[in-house]
Amino acid sequence: MRWIWIDRFEEFVPGRRATAIKSVSLAEEYLHDHVPGFPIMPASLLIEGMAQTAGILVGQARQFSEKVILAKIRRAKFYQLVGPGRQVRFKAIIDQLSDAAASTTGQIYCDGELVGEVDLVFSHIDQNLSGLDFPQENFVFTEQFMSLLKLYQGAGAERVRL
Amino acid sequence: MATPTREEILEKVQQTLVDALSVEADEVTENATLTGDLGAESIDFLDIVFRLEKAFNIKIPQEELIPRDILSNAEYVQNRKLNAAGLEALKKAMPHADLSAFEHDPDIDKISDVFTVGTIVNFVQSKLAAQG
Repeated sequence: MRWIWIDRFEEFVPGRRATAIKSVSLAEEYLHDHVPGFPIMPASLLIEGMAQTAGILVGQARQFSEKVILAKIRRAKFYQLVGPGRQVRFKAIIDQLSDAAASTTGQIYCDGELVGEVDLVFSHIDQNLSGLDFPQENFVFTEQFMSLLKLYQGAGAERVRL
Repeated sequence: MATPTREEILEKVQQTLVDALSVEADEVTENATLTGDLGAESIDFLDIVFRLEKAFNIKIPQEELIPRDILSNAEYVQNRKLNAAGLEALKKAMPHADLSAFEHDPDIDKISDVFTVGTIVNFVQSKLAAQG
C-alpha cells in the first residue's frame, strides 16, 4: 500500500485552490482495522488527504522549490462518518502564503454533504529550523505526488504541468 | 483609520494567542513568555505571524520578528552565545524586545524567551506606526 490519500485532482487553480477526490474501497486494509466490523475511514487519514491536497497546492505555488511540511493542524472538525463505496472530495484554499510558510482552509465533502473542515499550516522547512540540515533533493514531492499533477486534465491543466 | 491604542492592540494580540495556542485568556498577560509560559513551539510562531498579519492587516517579514541572520552569523556567535557585537546588532534589529535578561546569558538557544506577549504588542505597535 502506498502513502497516497487522494486519487485525482478535479480542479487546480495555481496559488489559490484545488479539489481532489478519493474513492474509498473495502479493498483498503485500514478500513478493516480502525473499528473492526464497522469499516470507516479514520479522521486522521481524512486530515492526511486534506494535507496532501493542500500541500501539493502550496508546493506548486512556489514551483516545488520549497520542501513543504505539515506544521500544524489549526482546526479539524468532522460531522459524518465515511465508509466504503463513498467518494470523498477535498477542497483546499490557500489562505496565506509567505517565504516561510503557508496556511490553508479546507472542506471535505461526500455526495455533496459536508463531512469535515480542516485548516492547516505548512512550513517551508528550508526557511525555518535554521541550523538543521535537510537533504538537497526535494523528498516531499516525490514522483508519487507529482504524478497526480501530470494526470490532471481539468481546467488550466497546461499551467500546472512542470 | 485611527491608530489603535496599546490597550486595543493588546486585546487583539491576546485573542490571537488564545486562538493559536489554545490557552486561557487570563494566562495571556503582558509578561507571559510565549514558549515558557504559554507553551508555544517554534512551529506555532508561523501560525502566530499569519494570525497577526490578518488581525492587524500588516506584513511581517520573518527577519523582522526574529533576526535569524544575526543569530546564525559566525562573526557574532561563539559557542552558541552572542558576543558583544552580536548583542549590539540584535538590539538594533529588535527594538521591540526587552533584551536585558537575555544579555546576561546570550545563549542563542534561549532567544525565544525574549518573546513575551508585551514584545509582540510592541512589535505590532511599531509596525502600525510605520504604516501610518
